[in-house]
Amino acid sequence: MFENIKILWHQGKQFIPDVTKAKVPGIFRGRPVISKAHVDEGSLIELCPTKAISNNPFCIDLGKCTFCGECAIQFPEKIKFTTDYKLGTNIRERLFIYEDIDSPIEVNPLLVRKEIHRLFGNSLKLRQVSAGGDNSNEWELTASNNVQFDMSRFGIDFVASPRHADGIVITGPITKNMAEPLQRCYDAVPEPKIIILAGTDAISGGIFADSPAIDRSFLNNHFIDLFIPGNPVHPLTFINAVLDFTRKKK
Amino acid sequence: MNYLTLYNNQTVSVKDIPEHGYDVFLEGNLQLLKNRPERHCVNYFGVKNNREIRIYCCIADDLTHKIYVSSCVLEEGSSIASFTVQNHNFEKFEREIHENFDINFTDHPWLKPYRFANNKYNKDLNVGDYPFYKVESDELHEVGVGPIHAGIIEPGHFRFICNGEQIMHLEIQLGYQHRGIEELFIQKSKLIERVTLVENIAGDTTVGHTTAFSNLYESLCETSTSDALNFSRTLAQELERIAIHTGDLAAICADIAYQLGNAVFGRLRTPIVNFFQEWGGNRLAKGLIRPGKINFPFDEALAKRLLELFKAYESDFNEMVEEFFSLPSVLSRIERTGIVTYDEVLEIGTVGISARMSGLSRDIRLSHPCNLYGNTFIHEPLLKHHGDVFSRVQLRRDEIRQSIEYCKKLLENIPQFHKPENILFVPGEEKFTLSLVEGWRGEICHCAITDGEGNLKTYKIKDPSHHNWMALAQSVRNNEISDFPICNKSFNLSYCGHDL
Ligand code: SF4
Repeated sequence: MFENIKILWHQGKQFIPDVTKAKVPGIFRGRPVISKAHVDEGSLIELCPTKAISNNPFCIDLGKCTFCGECAIQFPEKIKFTTDYKLGTNIRERLFIYEDIDSPIEVNPLLVRKEIHRLFGNSLKLRQVSAGGDNSNEWELTASNNVQFDMSRFGIDFVASPRHADGIVITGPITKNMAEPLQRCYDAVPEPKIIILAGTDAISGGIFADSPAIDRSFLNNHFIDLFIPGNPVHPLTFINAVLDFTRKKK
Repeated sequence: MNYLTLYNNQTVSVKDIPEHGYDVFLEGNLQLLKNRPERHCVNYFGVKNNREIRIYCCIADDLTHKIYVSSCVLEEGSSIASFTVQNHNFEKFEREIHENFDINFTDHPWLKPYRFANNKYNKDLNVGDYPFYKVESDELHEVGVGPIHAGIIEPGHFRFICNGEQIMHLEIQLGYQHRGIEELFIQKSKLIERVTLVENIAGDTTVGHTTAFSNLYESLCETSTSDALNFSRTLAQELERIAIHTGDLAAICADIAYQLGNAVFGRLRTPIVNFFQEWGGNRLAKGLIRPGKINFPFDEALAKRLLELFKAYESDFNEMVEEFFSLPSVLSRIERTGIVTYDEVLEIGTVGISARMSGLSRDIRLSHPCNLYGNTFIHEPLLKHHGDVFSRVQLRRDEIRQSIEYCKKLLENIPQFHKPENILFVPGEEKFTLSLVEGWRGEICHCAITDGEGNLKTYKIKDPSHHNWMALAQSVRNNEISDFPICNKSFNLSYCGHDL
């Protein structure tokens, strides 16, 4: 008993009091900013492993970016990664980062379905489906509920059965072998339900986008509610995106 | 039988690898392994050339640090005797060759689909058609779990045959995570594409796999590995081990409903992964390890941070571990649960923790050292002998402490880091390179073969889970089905690393 109390005492307070304002340590690669500097755009586009960079207009697609940081290392005058971890949005196009624009990525509340705020604003139960995920996003989603990030304080939880869930969180590029189980899991979730894509692989296929072993047809047939980039998604990125999406701004 | 002898990360000419008729190849390799627990097969795979399949067998000898490589040519569709019937270590390797190249091992006891790969020979084979083992009995029942499990876990299907609460048999079907990595490796020729693929083999072993690839690629392209790179790879490997082992302890606590342990170990992982972020910008060390360069220099300031962090970590860790191992309610759940004996792990051919838990000393850091292993320090593998959950938990505790000591040792001598430069990598022509790394799960093996123009012809990846899944299936026999979760967590094997 005393041992337990001692351990608890030594742990002190671990939780992050305000997850919307916390600072991440070190050189986290979050939302990039792009300058107007003229560089050799051709080689810059060429060096990206997932074709996330394009020209005319110059742009990085965070849905494709693996956050490897190579572009910023080789062209520091053009691209800088900030530590802004708020990367989630309900509009796919909002993940395109253009030159000279340094504004936060947000959820557009006008495009959120009406019932979402009312039904899921205080309680959201999610079923996670790893469909070719490499266990890094899965790892970070688990971390979202450790004593530091403590996501369940907001009523957001991962549940075991799709029948108890309000939506699914997909990680991974969706392998052919997982296409059917994913569909069946989604079908088992009662209406109304949401779909969240967590991580670059889920949003665009990432480095696997042109693999013949994946099957992304599920995404063509369903409305995606939330895109959360990352490789993997940082727990703060995930929590903020979901809060932004389900809660009305006061 | 003659074979080519090489060392870890040595590049040789493909032509120098002896080719044998299948009978000689089979007998010779099995003889090499017979009654020699210090030897095991680290890779056994086929390379297709029209209808011809060339099979390579790579056997590592832990005492001499040597690797023996030989080959054999088979026709697609041929029927031959199996290695497996004489040596069970080949069970998965042969299933893979059967699945991809339609080679029929006539006396293989368990010739089932392997991962339902995209490049499988029989395109009609569907992941839902796995032929599970069945028993006809009115008393026994089957429990099917997955592919999607009740948590944030990767997919795989587990089929139990139970007598009441007791598990008689477990069969594990994998393949759901197959993304075609080995095929993409050949399609994508840019170095950054390839290293990105490697980072995605198993995200929880980013450092292990990127190190195996980087060591291999530098050897294949005859570029040297600087002190700074060796230092970074060694340090990162040990940090990855500390981080994941700590997380595993938390997960095991969760499965026995020990909340305090779950909370404390869970949060102790955070400073370690955050340190990766401070060093390289990513909590799982993605982007950190690259062939020929490192984008994130390590310096005295980082060393100081890491030492401070260890200090804080160690006092909390020790206190928690002491409490954990003194609780009867914890011990009663993990002692003598999920036992795999020495003879069994030897027969299965497990590697890493899944071998060391039962007294089988397999650890690449000692047997085939690379980077700064065997240099800054000589690694001493830690062994347990009971092969139960308790042994696996103890190993994690002890390995965490050992890894911290290794990191401290490394920090005494930080090499000079230079500005990252992109050097041109040109692989040699008709070369063969094999790279072994001891990831936190165990032995990782990557093999590359190039063609006459220096293009990659094959890139063969083997995650330690390849060997170890069978040990999990074995461990749960005669245990209560309610103990399956802790058995599973105590192995913590990779689905994506297996499925590729
Ligand atoms: S950080 Fe993103 S945009 Fe830049 S090179 Fe890497 S993947 Fe491409």
